[in-house]
Amino acid sequence: MSHEAAAEGRERAEEDAAAREDARPVPFRGGGFTHRRLGPVAPIVFLAIIALWEVGSRTGVISPVALPAPSEALGALADLVATGMLWKHVGASLYRLSLGWVLGSLLGISAGLMIGLFSLARAGLLPLVSALFPIPKIALLPLFIIWFGIGEGSKVATILFGTFFPTVIATYGGVDNVDRNLIRMGQSFGLSWLSIVRKIIIPGAMPAILSGFRISASIAIVLLVAAEMIGAETGIGAYILMAGALFALDQLIAGVALLSTLGLAIAWLIGRTERALLAWRA
Amino acid sequence: MQLILRGISHRYGGTNVLEDISFAVGDGEIVCIVGPSGCGKSTLLRIAGGLERPDEGEVLVAGKAPDGSLNPLTYIFQDFALLPWRTVAGNVSLVLEDHGIEAKKRRAIIEDVLSRTNLSDFSRALPRQLSGGMKQRVAIARALAVKPAIMLMDEPLSALDSQTRELLMDDLVALWQRERFSACYVTHNLAEAVRLGRRIVVLSRRPGRIREVVEIDMPLTERPERLVELEKLQRQVWKIMREEAREADREISDVA
Repeated sequence: MSHEAAAEGRERAEEDAAAREDARPVPFRGGGFTHRRLGPVAPIVFLAIIALWEVGSRTGVISPVALPAPSEALGALADLVATGMLWKHVGASLYRLSLGWVLGSLLGISAGLMIGLFSLARAGLLPLVSALFPIPKIALLPLFIIWFGIGEGSKVATILFGTFFPTVIATYGGVDNVDRNLIRMGQSFGLSWLSIVRKIIIPGAMPAILSGFRISASIAIVLLVAAEMIGAETGIGAYILMAGALFALDQLIAGVALLSTLGLAIAWLIGRTERALLAWRA
Repeated sequence: MQLILRGISHRYGGTNVLEDISFAVGDGEIVCIVGPSGCGKSTLLRIAGGLERPDEGEVLVAGKAPDGSLNPLTYIFQDFALLPWRTVAGNVSLVLEDHGIEAKKRRAIIEDVLSRTNLSDFSRALPRQLSGGMKQRVAIARALAVKPAIMLMDEPLSALDSQTRELLMDDLVALWQRERFSACYVTHNLAEAVRLGRRIVVLSRRPGRIREVVEIDMPLTERPERLVELEKLQRQVWKIMREEAREADREISDVA
């Protein structure tokens, strides 16, 4: 460093010292836009809405003809428990839901893997999937009734078809997104085709498959209720339909609450599965 | 084991990527391939290991692989290519599972290669928990597990920071001292090339042709002490490459 530069540096240091008189903190501007975990907020909001609703009904602000009080819906639910019909309805629904969803998912994953792995399957099946996916499966219910009978068959088939297509699309999308370098690595170590599929492609597609499950499970519940509204004596959908026909609004609300609980339970289960299978991501 | 490339030419679509490349990697020799970006170095390496088919020319191996070699031509990748859902030990295990080795012997091999790469304490860690340097060590351990005869290294140190690169380079030299593997080492870093290469194959810009082959007849262990000579060699290689690199740089900016 030259003398001049040194002198200049000293001068600047002196200036710095002088400036320190009116020094003030740099204002913080980096806050917001991030989320904190607020555990108790959800139940508080939920309970507050129920409480407001109950108060509204008791004071007459909400007419009982338009909307029954939560306590009445709870009463209807208690009746269901007391008569033992609760398990009959929920059990029938769960049976159809799980059978249809499991079969639809298994078939969907297989078809999705085929489309993801084989060019022939992609060329042949993908246009078919794109053509059939947007059809509301409930519109096909009469067909399913003819093919599979008015009983359990048509209901399970509706749910099966409803879950099949989103699972296919999630699975083949997941396969397409598996890191090509990992596949090349497997090939470079001489892994067999089956090993590459089992140990690299399927685990790599798992995140996409599991987010597909979230969507297909919701679709399955919607279809379940719709299917149970035709020719079913038991099931949550049938219960809601019956309640609606009799304008027993308390029972209707109770049925809807059951559905909502079912949806929450399934979302929780999928969340647990995700945490177990995708622990490596975190 | 020797690796011989004869008259390799390759095209992607209409553009020639490689043109008439011939060279050989001798027993226990490290051959470095350098060249400006986009000259087809990585393509050449993929062709050398049978991951891609050249349009013309052939790749041959000569000689016997060492006893018990499960995968004579073994790659080390720039991005490590570790399965994120498998632990360190699991990633090594992956390449052994298809060979019908009984579980006990497999565990012994895994333990052995992890200790040789100083990874024994990390065998249960997941890749995301490791630094870049550690990940590449895992990839090296995985390569060692299959007892390769020829290592094909595609810019193995390029994704690492310069300090980690130094450390890993020393590890590689030490490893080569012990195992005497043959290697084809692709890099754009000339310092790496003169530190490791017995020969340096300098490629031209696209289409990649061999511009020159620089021989370095200096034992690897002496190289850290003879940095001045290496520096000279590095400048010599750079002189050959300089114009090519400049042109290659312009080519890319034209496209973009």
